[in-house]
Amino acid sequence: MALDTQSPLSQPPQVTPEPSGAPEPGGGSSRAATLLVRLLRTLAAPALDLAWLWRRSIQARVVIGTLTLSTALALLAGWVLMNRVTDGLLDSKRQSALTLAAAGAETAQAKLTAAPEVGNVLDLGTVVPELTHALSPSDSARDDYGIVIIGPSDPFRPDDDEGVVTSGQASPNRASIPADLLAKVQSTAGSWWAYSTIQYDDEEAGNQPGLVVGSQLQVPGTGQTYALFYVFSLEEQLETLYVVRSALITTGAVLVVLLGTIAWLVTRQVVTPVRLARRIAERLASGRLEERMRVRGEDDIARLGVSFNQMAASLQRQISQLQELARVQRRFVADVSHELRTPLTTVRMAADLLHDARGAFDPATARSAELLQAELDRFEALLGDLLEISRFDAGAATLTLTDVDLRDVARRVCDGAAGLAARRGARLAVDVPSTRCMVEVDVRRIERIVRNLVVNAIEYGEGSDVTVRVAAGADAVALSVRDRGVGLKTGEDVMVFNRFWRADPARARTRGGTGLGLSIAVEDTTLHGGRLDAWGRPGLGALFRLTLPRRAGGTLEESPLPLAPRGQEALVSSGSAAWRMPPGRELDR
Amino acid sequence: MEAVRAQRGKVLVVDDDSSLSEMLTIVLRSEGFESRVCPTGDRAMAAVREFRPDVVLLDLMLPGKDGVDVCREIRAESGVPIIMLTAKSDTVDIVVGLESGADDYVIKPFKPKELVARLRARMRKFEDAPPESLVLGDLAIDVAGHVVERDGERLSLTPLEFDLLVCLARKPWQVFTREVLLEQVWGYRHAADTRLVNVHVQRLRSKVERDPENPQIVLTVRGVGYKAGGAAGTG
Repeated sequence: MALDTQSPLSQPPQVTPEPSGAPEPGGGSSRAATLLVRLLRTLAAPALDLAWLWRRSIQARVVIGTLTLSTALALLAGWVLMNRVTDGLLDSKRQSALTLAAAGAETAQAKLTAAPEVGNVLDLGTVVPELTHALSPSDSARDDYGIVIIGPSDPFRPDDDEGVVTSGQASPNRASIPADLLAKVQSTAGSWWAYSTIQYDDEEAGNQPGLVVGSQLQVPGTGQTYALFYVFSLEEQLETLYVVRSALITTGAVLVVLLGTIAWLVTRQVVTPVRLARRIAERLASGRLEERMRVRGEDDIARLGVSFNQMAASLQRQISQLQELARVQRRFVADVSHELRTPLTTVRMAADLLHDARGAFDPATARSAELLQAELDRFEALLGDLLEISRFDAGAATLTLTDVDLRDVARRVCDGAAGLAARRGARLAVDVPSTRCMVEVDVRRIERIVRNLVVNAIEYGEGSDVTVRVAAGADAVALSVRDRGVGLKTGEDVMVFNRFWRADPARARTRGGTGLGLSIAVEDTTLHGGRLDAWGRPGLGALFRLTLPRRAGGTLEESPLPLAPRGQEALVSSGSAAWRMPPGRELDR
Repeated sequence: MEAVRAQRGKVLVVDDDSSLSEMLTIVLRSEGFESRVCPTGDRAMAAVREFRPDVVLLDLMLPGKDGVDVCREIRAESGVPIIMLTAKSDTVDIVVGLESGADDYVIKPFKPKELVARLRARMRKFEDAPPESLVLGDLAIDVAGHVVERDGERLSLTPLEFDLLVCLARKPWQVFTREVLLEQVWGYRHAADTRLVNVHVQRLRSKVERDPENPQIVLTVRGVGYKAGGAAGTG
């Protein structure tokens, strides 16, 4: 690699340039992708949290729901209320404005009619300002309005300039009068009104919303008209509305918050006992059977608590009954063990003595001593296996864990079985890796399993080669024992783990064994969290594979050793249930 | 073998089952041992004092005083090898027996030859070995004299614990697997009963270590076995 990176610089290009840069863009894009993913994840985190809360918490769901609904309700109520208040305020203002304007218009018309004549013509130049002044609100008056008089307008000379007189505390200017209102007033007698934006001559006063009421004044004799406008400011009403609105918003917000709090409190009343029940249930499940819920009152929650406690009590009673049964069973096993074993020891020793002395007996007695000895061996083995099985059934089997090298176990067992193999004419081969295969197990039990598998292979291998293989993976170690004897028929690979099952009842008696060996092996394996599997085909032999997790309590994913020999159609079974088969090794009948 | 026969090793059988006791007596006599039977646990201690056996065969389940209690009682006074006879093969029962001071155990039903092999292994007299002294850490071991001293003070070890310590101390560079220790100290072959080794290493440590929680003399080699610790050498 170091040479390749130098080559483009130092050497002529007979060396094909390494695409050393090629992986980098890929790496870069993948890095960008991971960055993007991380960014998305960061952004999505609060949303995910909320979704998580929504899924997990009834309380959150109720509170969020209540908040949403009450907010919508408050908004609707506020909107309706605002509309009603606005309408009411404006209506009353308009009523009073119209009354005032009508009275004013009457006064003005009267004054105008009674105006002194100068020559033949009314002295409008004097009358109008006077009129304006008279109509203007007094300083003490509550109503603040302005007067705008536009005119005179002559229907026969509409192009004439019109004089404008304004009055009021802050004189509104002519622009305050909407054009269509002016036209209406000038053309039609009577009084008209419209909303408008009031503009004042005084720049500082700014624009204000307002109500304009207009009436037509007629100049007697001339046909000329004046337009008299009352300009009312709605500033006060607007301010009132502002106050009402802010009050509504505050009330609404407080109401929503209160409702949320109430929902939170109410759901807490319900959810707290439920959560408590969940916690107690978890504790019960973890074996603390004396845990109970506290019951207060007689409501539904209390009744739930009572039922829950009844259930827990009943569970506790049944479990302690079962435990008592198991204890009695264990006790029974121990007693039977002792009671049977002590006389058996005496018989055994007596038989041994007779067996050793059989040379001095007559042939029949000598043979009897031999038979006695041989059958005692079987009897002992059977008793031992039965006690072992009943110990498993009572759940009394425990593990004494130590670290061992599975290769040593394999070698030791094969050394021990060498004599039997020689007698059966079987060649025993051990195929182990050069690295250590450490595993945390109960050595006594594992040796028993392996011994059982090896002895079985020799017994049923009919003098064929027996191969013991050991392999280690990251989390598991495995040992397989292969023989090339009669093998297993279809379906036998399952039954082989059954208690007292024998491949061939006719031949079984000569083979010895208790019929419990593989059952015990399966129990021992299960106790370690391991797996025992069988493969077999008639005439091709059988293979048993033991897989163990490296550390006690570990889980098994896959065995480091294949179950079926290479090139063999898999016929796979197992003594233990639920095994995730490595891909391509399906159960095939 | 001849030497043992000549010495007529003495075996005390503590068992309540009269048939078994009688059978044991017959077998032991035929193997050249001198034996005496004690049917109850209460009288076991007195029998040990009086008979001065080379090995005690002790049934764990006894009427009256329990075998474990008897074992503790004997151990408090004497280092005489004790072999438990037990019908219970559960690890708990065996470990309790070993922890109460038994050197070895035989599970019923046993073959006479197996029992005799164990008896002989426990009774192995130390051949007139040349004087040999070992140093292990701050311990001085006189192999021929059967004495272990720390700073001139004698440590009281049972013969088995002594054998175990000497076995480790003779080859301080070697890591002993439990199987090798079983073979060299207990005389087993092809056995993998690690309980025996584990319990006795704990017992040995409680006697020779200054801090049994943090052993310096007998070190555990994880996944392999044990080895002697400290600066050691043979003399």
